[in-house]
Amino acid sequence: MTLNDIHIDNQLYPILKNVSDPEIPVLSIIDLGVVRSAHLEDGKAKVEITPTYSGCPAMDMITDEVEKALREKGYEPEVKLILSPAWTTDWMTEEGKKALKDYGIAPPTDAVSDKQALLGNKKVIECTNCGSTNTKLVSQFASTACKAMFQCEDCGEPFDYFKCLT
Amino acid sequence: MNNKNLQQYIYSIADNALILGQRLGELCGHGPTLETDIALTNIALDLLGQTRSYYQYIAQELMKEDQTEDDLAFLRKEREYRNVQLVEQPNHDFAYIIVRQYFFDVFHHRFLSRLQRSKNVNLEAIASKSIKEAAYHERFSGDWLKRLGDGTAESHQRAQQAVDDLWVYTDELFHTTDDDQACIDAGHGVDVTSFKSEYFQVITDLLEEATLKVPETEFFQKGGKKGIHTEHMGYLLAEMQYMQRTYPDMKW
Ligand SMILES: [Zn+2]
Repeated sequence: MTLNDIHIDNQLYPILKNVSDPEIPVLSIIDLGVVRSAHLEDGKAKVEITPTYSGCPAMDMITDEVEKALREKGYEPEVKLILSPAWTTDWMTEEGKKALKDYGIAPPTDAVSDKQALLGNKKVIECTNCGSTNTKLVSQFASTACKAMFQCEDCGEPFDYFKCLT
Repeated sequence: MNNKNLQQYIYSIADNALILGQRLGELCGHGPTLETDIALTNIALDLLGQTRSYYQYIAQELMKEDQTEDDLAFLRKEREYRNVQLVEQPNHDFAYIIVRQYFFDVFHHRFLSRLQRSKNVNLEAIASKSIKEAAYHERFSGDWLKRLGDGTAESHQRAQQAVDDLWVYTDELFHTTDDDQACIDAGHGVDVTSFKSEYFQVITDLLEEATLKVPETEFFQKGGKKGIHTEHMGYLLAEMQYMQRTYPDMKW
């Protein structure tokens, strides 16, 4: 499945675009890629969302926020959580990746570079502060399961890297 | 395969994740360093998330009575849990935590990769979601086990002790109950014996790399999959179920 397979109703799109990931407030749930479909049917706004990680504590809150946002615009919401197909970081939009970077979180790279970086074989993750790739892995898990902790060896900045999940 | 076979089979998968998640959750704020503390609780969260998916499936689609995922997690009795004895073993020290995790992760990762081919669409979806997490877990626990085994004299000795003590619980991962067999025959379940030799080979290779000895014991513990647990299980459940039993129907 690619981004092109996601069908989001034009009227609902701007509403969903305004709902952000509670743990990364600069990132819209649309740009995070967790909204799988949204359409109007039988007078209801039906939205399907998928979790990033199984235990992601943000999912319940995202569900509530989507329902609230839709109600405020006069829609009767029906939000469903689906597991398949499983979310991958490829579903994150370019706009989303840029928002992450500006916020101080290194966005996911491609699967090959990701593996090399997390195994400490190659320095490819860019420091969010100075842009250097002279960075090292500190911990495979950071403040949330979806991120790893890195540190820049040039400017000393510690930062989160959003791990690649494919 | 009947409904009861399938429910019991799913409990055997979900309960492993729940009980290990509970054990790891006990470490919140007690990890040896901030990074490992966060890593272990993140793993706990992954496992609890997976547990919820399985329990939701049982509660919403396989049960006639009006039950919720919380009822399944918090209101069953000890004998009704189908987890293997390995995952209920206590957090004796950091070496124990890592060895227990690694013994489970090597199994879990391979199990899920096969469950992805289940004819059961719900199990297939949960497996496809969870396998990515299990792969990370295995990398984390495997890295630490190498570090502990090939570390200081103290860490080596403790890691060897943990390997020796927990080894007896590994064989049970590959036991097949009648419920399991019915689900395997129906194409819903995974025949775990198909990767038993691979499992022990992977572990043997890593232990050698970690300069640790592979135990030679011929005796293995069993019973968890049939509801017979070690003495540690009762204490774990007492703590885990305390709130629901004290305040019935409590919600977050
Ligand atoms: Zn830097």
